[in-house]
Amino acid sequence: MSKSNFTRRGVLKTSVLAGGALAVPTIFDGSVWADGHTGFTNAPEGGTVTLGFNVPQSGPYADEGADELRAYELAVEHLNGGGDGGMLNTFTSKTLDGTGINGKKVEYVTGDTQTKSDAARASARSMIEKDGAIMITGGSSSGVAVAVQALCQEAGVIFMAGLTHSNDTTGKDRKANGFRHFFNSYMSGAALAPVLAANYGTDRKAYHLTADYNWGYTTEEAVRSSTEAMGWETVNAVKTPLTQTDFSSYIAPVLQSGADTLILNHYGGNMVNSLTNAVQFGLRDKQVNGKDFQIVVPLYSRLMAKGAGANVKGIFGSTNWHWSLTDEGSKAFVKSFGTKYGFPPSQAAHTCYVQTLLYADAVNRAGSFNPCAVVEALEGYEFDGLGNGPTLYRADDHQCFKDVLVVKGKENPTSEFDLLEIVEITPRAQVEYAPDHPQMGGAAATLGTCNPGA
Amino acid sequence: MEAIILQILNGLDKGSAYALIALGLTLIFGTLGVVNFAHGALFMIGAFCAVTLQRILSLSYEVVDDTRTDFLGNPLKVDVPYVNGWFGPEMGQTIIEWSVPLAILFAIPVMMFVGYAMERGLIKHFYKRPHADQILVTFGLAIVLQEVIKAFYGANPIPTPAPPAFTGSFDFGALIGFDPNQIIYPYWRLIYFTFAAFVITAVFAFLQFTTFGMVVRAGMADRETVGLLGIDIDKRFTMMFAIAAVVAGLAGVMYTPINSPNYHMGMDFLVLSFVVVVVGGMGSLPGAVLAGFVLGILESFASMAEVIDIIPGINQIIIYLVAIIILLTRPRGLMGRRGVMED
Repeated sequence: MSKSNFTRRGVLKTSVLAGGALAVPTIFDGSVWADGHTGFTNAPEGGTVTLGFNVPQSGPYADEGADELRAYELAVEHLNGGGDGGMLNTFTSKTLDGTGINGKKVEYVTGDTQTKSDAARASARSMIEKDGAIMITGGSSSGVAVAVQALCQEAGVIFMAGLTHSNDTTGKDRKANGFRHFFNSYMSGAALAPVLAANYGTDRKAYHLTADYNWGYTTEEAVRSSTEAMGWETVNAVKTPLTQTDFSSYIAPVLQSGADTLILNHYGGNMVNSLTNAVQFGLRDKQVNGKDFQIVVPLYSRLMAKGAGANVKGIFGSTNWHWSLTDEGSKAFVKSFGTKYGFPPSQAAHTCYVQTLLYADAVNRAGSFNPCAVVEALEGYEFDGLGNGPTLYRADDHQCFKDVLVVKGKENPTSEFDLLEIVEITPRAQVEYAPDHPQMGGAAATLGTCNPGA
Repeated sequence: MEAIILQILNGLDKGSAYALIALGLTLIFGTLGVVNFAHGALFMIGAFCAVTLQRILSLSYEVVDDTRTDFLGNPLKVDVPYVNGWFGPEMGQTIIEWSVPLAILFAIPVMMFVGYAMERGLIKHFYKRPHADQILVTFGLAIVLQEVIKAFYGANPIPTPAPPAFTGSFDFGALIGFDPNQIIYPYWRLIYFTFAAFVITAVFAFLQFTTFGMVVRAGMADRETVGLLGIDIDKRFTMMFAIAAVVAGLAGVMYTPINSPNYHMGMDFLVLSFVVVVVGGMGSLPGAVLAGFVLGILESFASMAEVIDIIPGINQIIIYLVAIIILLTRPRGLMGRRGVMED
């Protein structure tokens, strides 16, 4: 036997309240959350707040993970009032004043993702459940990012993605509690295509080698559609196992296919090996269809490019950020990071540093650590001064929209860090797309609702 | 036809690496009866011998270039290798560029020592233990070694190019009457295959035509009887472990221009090399070499787009599929002997 709590009077009261709430303009006002310091997962008590940095500390991306961790430590130092303040001084929002986040001193714990989804979820879970982390951040793999983002959604904490480039992170797998500052495969394709057309012409036959996992698929799809839209023909697209080390048997047939351009949808060790093999086979010395054979690497990472040595010279790709940018934000960050560690930061370090600041700023503006308050503060937020020009955190998919860099392997590097040169800064308008774009999961992709947990 | 020739060529260099590693594995198993899961780590250490020599030859002093600035805007510090100062810029650069071939000389004593130390320091304590114990301890050792290398050299691949004289490729197709650019093959891979053939021949000749080799072969056939003849077979088997380490190390040194070495490269080859040993026949040296080349070539064929279109994913399972078929039809492998690993 059940008893209903609904009464006619109660329903009327609720309707009036709901109607009133809907009538209020949907402009974000942090005071709404000002008293919301309880009732959500890991609500901070005392004078500190704990952030969870989940990066690859072992495995093939450990060097990138180490650089991300350096950036996080630098961000914490700056948030707590240490160092020279870095990008706190150039960020257009001025809520970060070196007194921590929302008046609480920032502490952090770290986890090792091992670049494996299950290990990453386990370390994130441990940081949330045992260490009381209120926010999880980290990256270097899209598979890991998607897995950890889903976990954070379930647990009711915010996930600020680090380096993850697959469309899916803010596409078909987007979540209300997850946010990505890094660019994505679609943006790489949209930025690269015009530069490739300008340099190599619109009559090209492309051959794709694609890493056989989530990120590889979305990158191939993005670059294919962008290059085909400007007239290129895709003669073949071959998936290569993620564990492949010698790509000779995949590269050797490229010339026989009649292709005059090889697109390597590979990252990390895959990219280093496939590019090295392609250069060994002398592809770049060949002429096909009356044109010089060309190689393209859609996603460049300076740390990874270093492994390919001189093979990257003259090869086009895209990147989220580069230390040679001359805006005030980038200069401040490079100075802070370079002075502390002795070398310039990677794009992975940059996006992790920025994500930490953006989270801290959102909490300050919201006046609460409540994840739903943070979500509301970040959605539709426009900012500048963090190294990528004017940037929008789009509310529909929690993806940052900003300029994208097209880069090229430098012919005469002056140091081991000076491997890439910026060819073009592609304006944000050129890389924007509709939230329900087919490459992003179409109309079926939704954020769901924010989960405050607890 | 061009595609078939091309994949056979590709399979040869891949098979060379498998064959060299499997040869060492089989030598150790045949002599000492040890299943050495750290053998891939020896391949990796060999590769890092090349990296180490490259770094030694590239040791530099800093010169400040006031005309240029670094990333912080300070005057740029340019590294000038000591060898440039000692031998002149041109000769110094040439020495650095030839670091991989020179590393062969460097790697031989290093790998001998590593092999000797590994056998005397750890593996000899596990001779009478079950194979499962041997696998566990050597696998653990492999992980320790790769983590040590990662701690010193980082996780990223390190470029170790071939000398400029051997970079690029030649048009093999044009040599045999095909259209230009249809069958191209990198010079260094040809050198790798030739080098592997030389090392394999040298090992077989050593075992076949020297007194030392004869004793070792006798010991492999009947260790107890050779011991009863008053021959210290253990010492010779220790030497064979060191020789197997050198073979794996040299395979690693010469492999560095093909793929930039990283701390994980040993593990990448280890599992496949064990499949090669099993397919070739446990304890059979010719079987290991034959299976290495056969599986290398088959793996290349399975990577052809035309083959993947017909059977998706075949490139990832071909070696294991062939291993299953061979072991079902020939349970002792291609050239396995009765009684080995059958107790």
